[in-house]
Amino acid sequence: MAKPLNTSRRTFLKGSAAVTGGLAIGYTAIDAAAQGAAPAVVPETNAWVIVRPDNTIVIRYARAEMGQGSMTSAPMLVAEELEADWSRVRVEYAMAADQVKRKRAWGDMAAVGSRTIRNSQEYLRKAGAGAREMLVQAAANRWNVPTSECVAASSTITHTPTKRRLTYGQVALDAAKLEAPKDPRIKDPKDFKLIGKPIQRVDIPDIVTGKIRYGVDAQVPGMLYAAVAQCPVFGGKVKSVDASRVTSRRGIVKVLPLGDFVAVVADNWWRAKEALKDLPIEWDLGEHTKVSSASIMAFLQEGLAQADVAVAKKGGDSDKAIADAAKTIEAEYFTPFLSHTTMEPQNCTALVKDGRVQVWTSSQNYEATLATAANTAGVPLENVDAYPMQLGGGLGRRGAQDYTRQGVMIAKEMAGTAVKMIWTREEDTQHDFYRPVSLVKMKAGIDAQGNVTGWNTRVSAPSIIATLLKLPLKGGIDPQAVASYADSPYAVPNVSVEYAQRNPHVPVGFWRTVGHSQNPFVRECFLDEVAAAAGKDPYEYRRSMLKDSPKDLAILETVAKKAGWGTPLPAGVFRGIAETEGYGSYTAAVAEVSVNQKNELRIHRMVIGIDCGYAVNPDNIIAQVQGSFVHGLSAIMWGEITIKDGRVEQSNFHDYRVMMLAEMPKLEVVIASTGGFWGGIGEPAQAAIAPALINAIAAATGKRIRSLPLKHAGLTLVKA
Amino acid sequence: MIKLTVNGRAREADVEPEMPLLWVLRDVLDVKGPKFGCGMALCGACTVHVNGEPVRSCSVPASSVAGRNITTIEGLAQGGRLHPVQQAWIQHQVPQCGYCQGGQMLVAAALLKRNPKPSDTDIDQAMNNICRCGSYARIRTAVHAAAKMMAAPKPAAKA
Repeated sequence: MAKPLNTSRRTFLKGSAAVTGGLAIGYTAIDAAAQGAAPAVVPETNAWVIVRPDNTIVIRYARAEMGQGSMTSAPMLVAEELEADWSRVRVEYAMAADQVKRKRAWGDMAAVGSRTIRNSQEYLRKAGAGAREMLVQAAANRWNVPTSECVAASSTITHTPTKRRLTYGQVALDAAKLEAPKDPRIKDPKDFKLIGKPIQRVDIPDIVTGKIRYGVDAQVPGMLYAAVAQCPVFGGKVKSVDASRVTSRRGIVKVLPLGDFVAVVADNWWRAKEALKDLPIEWDLGEHTKVSSASIMAFLQEGLAQADVAVAKKGGDSDKAIADAAKTIEAEYFTPFLSHTTMEPQNCTALVKDGRVQVWTSSQNYEATLATAANTAGVPLENVDAYPMQLGGGLGRRGAQDYTRQGVMIAKEMAGTAVKMIWTREEDTQHDFYRPVSLVKMKAGIDAQGNVTGWNTRVSAPSIIATLLKLPLKGGIDPQAVASYADSPYAVPNVSVEYAQRNPHVPVGFWRTVGHSQNPFVRECFLDEVAAAAGKDPYEYRRSMLKDSPKDLAILETVAKKAGWGTPLPAGVFRGIAETEGYGSYTAAVAEVSVNQKNELRIHRMVIGIDCGYAVNPDNIIAQVQGSFVHGLSAIMWGEITIKDGRVEQSNFHDYRVMMLAEMPKLEVVIASTGGFWGGIGEPAQAAIAPALINAIAAATGKRIRSLPLKHAGLTLVKA
Repeated sequence: MIKLTVNGRAREADVEPEMPLLWVLRDVLDVKGPKFGCGMALCGACTVHVNGEPVRSCSVPASSVAGRNITTIEGLAQGGRLHPVQQAWIQHQVPQCGYCQGGQMLVAAALLKRNPKPSDTDIDQAMNNICRCGSYARIRTAVHAAAKMMAAPKPAAKA
């Protein structure tokens, strides 16, 4: 049945409203005006909740939306405790500039680390509960009855003895005048009404009509456009530019050499980009022109051998246990650099005018955007506005604000005129903060019964924390580099986890699932190698080592059961299993694959389970697991960034291949929530995919693959 | 001067003949639904309909489609009603970030026009736009759902 347009009950206020005209008007006022209501600003009940007299409830969302669905699930937490009628809830962004004025009233604004729900659930629920208590108090005051006789549900307060009712809208203005309760009571999770229900995402209606605006869609009157070229070798600088070759072309306004990059400014982006192609730029390539993937590998190998390393974990005497073992198993594993390749290339639109800066961009952290813009323009934070836009993918790329710095640098040169800078896909691929390479040496010893007596892990890899965040490492350990080794749930009497920090000149950053995108592959595949050496079933072997880790054990068993571990399979089809944990959640996967004589890999079935504690919006959890699978499989099959002459060799989707719809195998997602905690969902599911798949490939072929991507093992992915 | 009909409106653009349709739409005509993803016709985020056929607008000179009907995602809904593909996309909560989805829906709408009951294989062949969020399983489900919706007898039009 056809639905009329514009009647979505959960439309929300769009960034575009603020973009047109480049005005920083409060969203609430704009929206009221658009509805023909009085443009007066309705007072807040608290920083998160505005109840309008017409019973519409505005819930603020403080982080970014990049498809992870938190723009819906975070407001659900507020609405749950508020006892709001969800059909009348509208979601609007909290603005970074207001966050500065109000001394961080909205807490952390960064949409990173799968932490929106798990890190803000308590204060979001309390915000909803506090607003509810104020609304109930306002109603009780009006009736002159105690609040204990009043019940709130579906945006309505009922005086139970007399059955009198008031809507939230009817008491909203009174409630907003009351003092906020200090410690509002939040629900016992068994009383949740909204949490746990599949709720449609608030941003999807505007996506399907094409109305939603991403950073790259910013439209500011009179704006110009910029294309940029960055020094192809990381760390290099512009030496000279012959601007005269392009300045007379149609639409070209200015050529700007800006240190480590050159910008061409024009009246549309295509003209700027075409001129840039023909612009002679001489680079001072710097000191890294001899670096290659091979030299980086040698550099990592040194890390495996070096004497001085940081110790991430030490329990018992693993060297002695391995020396005394009945059998020892040893292996080296490698994972490559990866690019984020968000669908929307990096971009930034900025206007620097009269000591103020306005920025429109796709960012996972608008507070960081604000700070970068202020620093770059040399103005106080209070003089900057950064407008939230939908992100055309984040995947961890849009926490770093290199593109905001560039956009504001260009806008500063063009003061008074807004400039939209867009990177080409080539720039985006070659100037990323890459998922780090990692070379890992594993060594384990087993006794005569096959039990692991000692397990040594040595990681040689760059540090994101030290190089991107420039933070000191506690005890020389980057927690991401050793994640899932140092906190392994498996019971092993003697363990050692060591880290050799090895930072090549290639910038590294947070790539969806970060350390858990690579380390569980190593841990879980090596564990299968040990199980094979012990002559044990990989599932039973894991179970025997997870007796003290009930959550890990539970998800492993649930997924194994769902997948029918141990039951017969068609001829030529084999299973692999893996269990992982991260971002506060527990995941496990079972893959069923076949590999034929031509090295064609068929994935017949994939079962992935997640226990994220409380499952806030189950359909969105399924979507995130599906997405994690596609993201993970692209990397597992084809993903690698290689270096030659100090620069990245890949440039676009033809040589940085990603998965297509036709390659999507049968995937079953199991939400096995045990409650009692709040885990992340954006990233953890990716962790289990590579090891389950590669363990299945080992079962099918008898060959153990220890290096990604799989294309180098000669495998091609074919639809089952 | 290049003349185009964009979502039913006559538009003009004074641009070089080789300027790609994508940038004429986005930067000159302020039609932002078609997205820039790769610039090489590899990803399909820039997909529009040219006389009803899906085309990757980043790699098509605007002059080569002069006089034709261009439909972008903003023009897929007709007469104030969402296209069945759009309805199915909501029903099955297909989009994640949504950046590629305008292109995906336009490819799906064109597929269903020429093949009202596509098989999985037909969908595999037609739906060859990249989605980095991984909405592929839901795209497949939603294309089938839209096909069903389009095959069902039309309900009486609402006022």
